[in-house]
Amino acid sequence: MIPVAFDYVRPTSIDEAVAALAAGGEDAKVMAGGQSLMPVLRLRLGAPSLIVDCSRIDEMIGIRDSGDAIVIGSATTHHAVMHDSLVNEYVSLLAKATATVADPQIRHRGTMGGSLAHADPAGDLPAVAAALDATFTIAGPGGRRSVGASDFFVDYFTTAVGDDEVLVNVSFPKRAGWGAHYEKFNRTAQAWAIVGVAATVRMDGGRIAEARIGLTNVAPMPVRARSVEAALAGAADIAAVAAAAESAADGTSPTTDIHADAEYRNHLTRVLTRRAVVKAAGW
Amino acid sequence: MTEVIDTATAMGRPIRRKEDARLLHGQTNWTDNIQLPGTLHMAILRSPMAHARITNLDVSGALKMPNVVAAFGAAELGELNGSVPCVWPVTDDIVMPAFPALAVDKVRHVGDCIAVVLATDAVHAADALEAIQVDYEPLPAVVSMESAISEGSAFVHDDKGTNTCYVYNLGGGYDEAAAKADVIVKRRFINQRLIPAFMEPRCVVAAPMGMSDEITIWTSTQIPHVLRVLLALVTGIPENNLRVVAPDVGGGFGGKLQCYREEILVTQLARKLGRPVKWTETRSEDMVATHHGRDQIQDIEIAATSEGKMLGLKVTLLANMGAYLQIITPGVPLLGMFMYPGIYKMDAYDFKCTGVFTNTTPTDAYRGAGRPESTYAIERIVDELAAELGMEPMELRKKNWIKHEEFPFTTVAGLTYDTGNYEAATARALELFDYDGLRAEQAERRASGDPVQLGIGISTFTEMCGLAPSRTLGALKYVAGGWEHCTIRLLPTGKVELVTGTSPHGQGHETAWSQIASSILGVPVEDIEVIHSDTGRSPYGMDTYGSRSLAVGGQAIKKAADRLVEKARVIAAHQLECSVEDIEFVNGSFRVKGDPEKAQPLGAVAFEAFTGHNLPPGVEPTLSAEATVDPEDFSYPHGTHLAAMEVDTETGKVKLRKYVCVDDVGVQVNPMIVEGQVHGGLAQGIAQALYEGVIYDEDGNLKTASLADYLLPSAMDLPSFITDTTVTPSTTHPLGTKGVGEAGAIASTPAIMNGIVDALRPLGVNDVTMPAAPMTVWRAIQAAKAGGAA
Repeated sequence: MIPVAFDYVRPTSIDEAVAALAAGGEDAKVMAGGQSLMPVLRLRLGAPSLIVDCSRIDEMIGIRDSGDAIVIGSATTHHAVMHDSLVNEYVSLLAKATATVADPQIRHRGTMGGSLAHADPAGDLPAVAAALDATFTIAGPGGRRSVGASDFFVDYFTTAVGDDEVLVNVSFPKRAGWGAHYEKFNRTAQAWAIVGVAATVRMDGGRIAEARIGLTNVAPMPVRARSVEAALAGAADIAAVAAAAESAADGTSPTTDIHADAEYRNHLTRVLTRRAVVKAAGW
Repeated sequence: MTEVIDTATAMGRPIRRKEDARLLHGQTNWTDNIQLPGTLHMAILRSPMAHARITNLDVSGALKMPNVVAAFGAAELGELNGSVPCVWPVTDDIVMPAFPALAVDKVRHVGDCIAVVLATDAVHAADALEAIQVDYEPLPAVVSMESAISEGSAFVHDDKGTNTCYVYNLGGGYDEAAAKADVIVKRRFINQRLIPAFMEPRCVVAAPMGMSDEITIWTSTQIPHVLRVLLALVTGIPENNLRVVAPDVGGGFGGKLQCYREEILVTQLARKLGRPVKWTETRSEDMVATHHGRDQIQDIEIAATSEGKMLGLKVTLLANMGAYLQIITPGVPLLGMFMYPGIYKMDAYDFKCTGVFTNTTPTDAYRGAGRPESTYAIERIVDELAAELGMEPMELRKKNWIKHEEFPFTTVAGLTYDTGNYEAATARALELFDYDGLRAEQAERRASGDPVQLGIGISTFTEMCGLAPSRTLGALKYVAGGWEHCTIRLLPTGKVELVTGTSPHGQGHETAWSQIASSILGVPVEDIEVIHSDTGRSPYGMDTYGSRSLAVGGQAIKKAADRLVEKARVIAAHQLECSVEDIEFVNGSFRVKGDPEKAQPLGAVAFEAFTGHNLPPGVEPTLSAEATVDPEDFSYPHGTHLAAMEVDTETGKVKLRKYVCVDDVGVQVNPMIVEGQVHGGLAQGIAQALYEGVIYDEDGNLKTASLADYLLPSAMDLPSFITDTTVTPSTTHPLGTKGVGEAGAIASTPAIMNGIVDALRPLGVNDVTMPAAPMTVWRAIQAAKAGGAA
């Protein structure tokens, strides 16, 4: 379909973007790659009066090493993220999950920050950000603030980013040498995850010393499988992982849709958590 | 670079398609590219409800919106509100409800048309829809077929007092055969509803041409010729004043074999308003308003001896018509009716089909139209019979199929298969597949309790294609014939115009038809222009569907080309001063037998025919010939398809690991096009097995209303297919050709599902409903573990 008419601005700085949002009021909407927003507009499920296109703001594009963390501009494309050497070395879970997002065309347009700020429960990156304890830098009329992953995702399609704010960048603590795997379960290669499990582990002497696990599409927001993480400490074999993964669905609140009901999602969560951790551990 | 093809071997060469350069470089004109001055753009207000009474409809608000020129509901449109035609009343007592283009008083499916707005641009037309006021009184939605025909159901059409469209019976004698049987296997298969989902959405432009009374209609259709007749009948516009053009069309799969309400509306409004009118559908509209396919509940029963000899087959169908009847809606199940016995010999066959109305989008032809449903049923039940008998499923097939020396063979359904060689295709497929090796791996995985089990799926199919002998269609109460036309004109400069009545929408007719004509006329492929899909330039034709274009249209090309050569031979003999009998035609040149130096190329003969300076007595100037051919019989492609399926028993996820098919489509004009058709068909047939399926909720809302929910596979989801062919020429078609357009889609679905069930049979699973989504497979495993298998 054809979207309802809207005004459009493409600021070149964060300040301009924030000013444009302030001027646009409640009906203004930020766009980055447009891969989620455009379908909403075309289906007329949304009709913002102003689109603030943040895809050309230099500060929001690119990947840098800040010492303890890798900082990724929110308008950096998925394609750039998954092929970046810093990301692959220090945040390999993000690189692996990003490689499963949709298809090459979408990864060339879609952005990391756009995906995170969209906060689709079936999106792949929120679980990764949760597992990795990412920090989000948000700019608004009152200046800049930092929000941790546990506070960033507020509800279904809702984040801590206010209507008058933009997500500037996301900072991922370095985890060199950690094993990582994103186990995505979907029906076709381009489809959303029915369930996804983001797992990264630090190995020590053949045992899992530390594990972090984020779950996709089992609740309105990404879920950290903390009981599994705790149970995995010291795990030395697949059987130990399997035992730990039994509690993976605890604390989730999966929905029922045409592809899966809640019972099946819980079952998948347990099976896929085991598989993700085993692959992350390299077993 | 244009390939230069030796005309003597043009037929049978895998040459690149002429069409592809313009298609791949974005240089073609799709219907939506047509921009006429003064065009009004139409937008359609569609029903959001499956069944409701329209208690108030006021379009006046739309008229106040910017750039809007007109708006119509059924009341405003009055007698211009044409009724969508159905040309296949399958029984004398069939219930045929009215199907007005704009709904009158009631809506009967989500997507039913209520009102239209015309504006000077598409954006404002879409915006103005929101200013139309409609009030609905919701009515009970009739969604499932079984409840539709139950006592006390609401009616889709109140005035008819029934939801049964028709009941069709064929055959008899099954009970007698079953009485002699040692084994009877019964299954209920659900052949789910599918959406054609062609890449180019529908589009139609109609324009009064001004210099005459002609209205030209450009439309994304498979059937410009049939549509012209139907639009004339529906609108009352004299047929001679209608010209229908199908520009390049981006896929159809049966979904554009239709006379759609939107085509009627655009034509009528262009006529009423005296301006060009254009409508381009959105994907969202396509999902609810383009006809759907399949949707049958199949109760299948097969009777056999303990040694595995098949005795009889009983087929009882419920076929979903949807809310209305479209062009051949009631007939689609009957196109499958003759094919349920497949390639097998048996003594008795009973068929009964009940057509059922529901508050859903109308169904109609979709790639295979009836034959995928029948092939699925027979190939699935044969596997179940093999399991019941403890026989190897391929051995059971071999025991019962028609042997190659038994052709021509008249089946229990009454068709005469002219040729076939199931042994040869199967032997080649087994070899390419490494059947024995995969069976050994399957045994190992079963023994070790591997969580990923391996299954081998078999489909030894045949189908009837080449619609169709006109007398057969008449006997089935179809209101048209099945002939095809070709005119070939040799131009003074030696170039050729080949006018065909087929209407390609992706099949490569321009290339293949050139190859046929080249091989007969000796004219280079690149010098032949194929003219098609425009009733102004190609007045006669029955268009493209049912794998008929080569099987029927190809015969017309051959006949016309042969006739042209005979006329040219007379002129050449006159020029060479010898008798016609002394002339031979070799590589595009007429030669005096025994004196090859004395020769006259066809082009020179054409020029002589053009000037008319020196023609033999009684021979008229110009060099052209035409032929209209009614096929002697259907053709029966067949093949053996094998699928290796890996099933993750922990999650239910299925992976197609290897797919081999060996098809016999008779003589091939262009093997590369054949392979392309097979690949596309496989993707669609596999998609039915694994991914696609329409879901309505209990209120008749379409839950798979976008391509985010209605899953189409991409290349990323499919393996590299291993394809090969055997060649058993058809004896009923002069070129020895059969059809290939639907073979892949027909054969592959049961191969995939048989493979999945084969993988899980040791767990107690004996059926999985389509599509085999992971949760569906997982639930089947859980049910079997709990002892709940059928």
